[in-house]
Amino acid sequence: MSVDYKELKKDRATEWRQELRNSLSAKERIKGIRVKMSENDPEIRKTNFFEVNNGISAEDALTEAKRCLDCPTPTCISGCPVNINIHGFIKQIEKGDMKQAAIVLKSTNALPAICGRVCPQETQCEEQCMYNKLGLLPVAIGNLERFTADTERLSGEMSMPEIAAPNHIKVAIVGSGPAGLTTAGELAKYGYDVTLFEALHEFGGVLVYGIPEFRLPKEIMRVEIENLKKMGVKFVSNYIVGRTASFDDLKKDGFQAFFIGSGAGLPKFMNIPGENLINIFSSNEYLTRVNLMKAFRFPEYDTPIVRGKSVAVIGGGNTAMDSVRTAKRLGADRAMIIYRRSEAEMPARIEEIHHAKEEGVEFLNLNNPIEYIGDERGRVKQIRVQKMELGEPDESGRRRPRPMEGSEYLIDVDVVVVGIGTAPNPLIQQALPELEMTAWGTVVVNDQMQSVSRPDIFAGGDIVRGGATVILAMGDGKVAAEAMHHYLQGKKD
Amino acid sequence: MYKIVQREVLSENVVKLVIEAGQISKSRKAGQFVIVKLGEKGERIPLTIADSDPVKGTITLIIQRVGLTSHKFFNIKEGEEVTDIVGPLGLPTHIKKTGTIIAAGGGVGIAPLYPIAKAFKEAGNKLIVILAARSRDLIILEDEMKAFADEVLVYTDDGSAGTKGLVTAGVEHVIQREKVDEVVTIGPAVMMKFVALLTKKYNIHTLASLNTIMVDGTGMCGACRVTVGGSTKFVCVDGPEFNAHDVDFDEMLQRLGAYVEQEKIAYEDALSGMQGGSK
Repeated sequence: MSVDYKELKKDRATEWRQELRNSLSAKERIKGIRVKMSENDPEIRKTNFFEVNNGISAEDALTEAKRCLDCPTPTCISGCPVNINIHGFIKQIEKGDMKQAAIVLKSTNALPAICGRVCPQETQCEEQCMYNKLGLLPVAIGNLERFTADTERLSGEMSMPEIAAPNHIKVAIVGSGPAGLTTAGELAKYGYDVTLFEALHEFGGVLVYGIPEFRLPKEIMRVEIENLKKMGVKFVSNYIVGRTASFDDLKKDGFQAFFIGSGAGLPKFMNIPGENLINIFSSNEYLTRVNLMKAFRFPEYDTPIVRGKSVAVIGGGNTAMDSVRTAKRLGADRAMIIYRRSEAEMPARIEEIHHAKEEGVEFLNLNNPIEYIGDERGRVKQIRVQKMELGEPDESGRRRPRPMEGSEYLIDVDVVVVGIGTAPNPLIQQALPELEMTAWGTVVVNDQMQSVSRPDIFAGGDIVRGGATVILAMGDGKVAAEAMHHYLQGKKD
Repeated sequence: MYKIVQREVLSENVVKLVIEAGQISKSRKAGQFVIVKLGEKGERIPLTIADSDPVKGTITLIIQRVGLTSHKFFNIKEGEEVTDIVGPLGLPTHIKKTGTIIAAGGGVGIAPLYPIAKAFKEAGNKLIVILAARSRDLIILEDEMKAFADEVLVYTDDGSAGTKGLVTAGVEHVIQREKVDEVVTIGPAVMMKFVALLTKKYNIHTLASLNTIMVDGTGMCGACRVTVGGSTKFVCVDGPEFNAHDVDFDEMLQRLGAYVEQEKIAYEDALSGMQGGSK
């Protein structure tokens, strides 16, 4: 997506913005110290599932908003995958108009309360902030985003986007994760008759089954879904498009275009000996049991979970961090990350790694499991691990890990969670064999997120990208919705 | 919501439920299953669709009470509703005309075998059904199978019905009597293991439909993974049917016991609740 700098410039040139800018010199502004969000005590929080971060106060938000220099060339915006009008909403905070701040924010980001919590700002907007060039900590854009969204939600008065008159054209969204929710919202704004189909019994996709309560409270999801319902989006759970009914059945029912946002749900395993022993789980299973099925409240809830005392989580991404922190909360004495590269190469957000360490998670970096050993009942009891060292950079630019001869050793465990990534869900491919897919099972789309083999099918998020972020999925949804609108309007003429 | 329109107790521990599920009743094929959940706090479990009526918009599930969730299903009444049903899941059975088929079912495995046996018969095969269970009470769907099968043989451990003996005795009896082209077997993992060992000896292609632990049933959790022909497969999206000669049944048996202790806790917790405990 390209940034509309003209619009931003116009916005920045408004009288009140100029006045606000001149009310405090840049010299004064940079004296401000970056706000620090309060977090619950690690010793206490590691025993419960409540949200770790507490948000920032209105006072801190104002102080932080004043730090923003309202740059003529806002580099932060080009660092954002959906090009949120960042200085636009921050200056509304400084002005004191929280309602308007939320409106500006939501004009480009449909789910700011979620992005304010789960986006890796340190490698996106905040990395591009001017302050970095001055050798200072960047403006806490993520915290301000969260503050703006939370303030609006807690006020009980959510602003509704303008909705065009109904055009009675039916469109189907497959999957209710970040990509699907965004697309649904955008299409509702254009006036379409939008139905969102979800395979699980609850809506939200990875935001509900994958990301734990302590990072993203489910209440936030619930409110977002309520808002979409108010915008006219119909929600259908327990429905697998391609199975419960085929795409063609839905076509006969009047659906004229489809957006597939079914995600990358298929867990990857390492295919090493002993991996199918009992108490070795995919991170998907482990997190789904806890987050979606509420197994941490077993037996009040019927779904069980194995509460390990010594839990090893394999992988270095956010999902691995979510899993290991969940293990700690389920009562593990020893919860460890086993990662084959070093911390510098970890794909997880810095904040997640930091939180995990605070909560007592051990990091066995440059270690790689090569075999699992079970007891007489087939339950995992040990991992054979090999130490690694970093060699030359690979295709991803990260230094390639290579095993160190003779470095093998054993770790005692009673639960292992494999969090090394996921692949696209195969159900779509089974349902639509004519759809062009890559060798990795992702849908091939053009730059408008439109399938190259079926013009009525659009796709975005992890089913296209293989495994990316919430914000990129939302960006895709936005592009796809606009393209679907053009496609459907073109068809009508 | 999915309303129970008919409930029938088939044996001491087995109940048949006919449930309103309009769309699934039309799209499901033999061999496929659904994931069901009862109540907001319920667990998701897989159940094979035993039959369906696309005109009435119903599906039939046959459930044996073994754990907490199946107990709740056993106790459900006509007119009550199942909170969640999703499907059809899994790949349908590859039905073709091959000649003579043995459909060998054990215990509650007879229920998922029923639609597959019927489909094989409808495809023009000679169909010999072997039903086996511990005792007479546990033999289900005998009359329903007789309605279309060329022959139905019953085996019980205690000899209270049909011939005394295990299902493998029945399969071997037929194999020695006539040329068999394919065997389909569904039942407890240990039973399928021994059917597979037997038919391997005779080199007869054999399908087994596996019922493993699942959470989502759509390829997401990997709880259902089994080793087939040396590589890991997901029962939910790669199965539920596999070449029985390639399945590592010993591993599957172990994995089925993954939550034995938790199941006991849940069951006892529920019982104490029912008896007016403090819960």
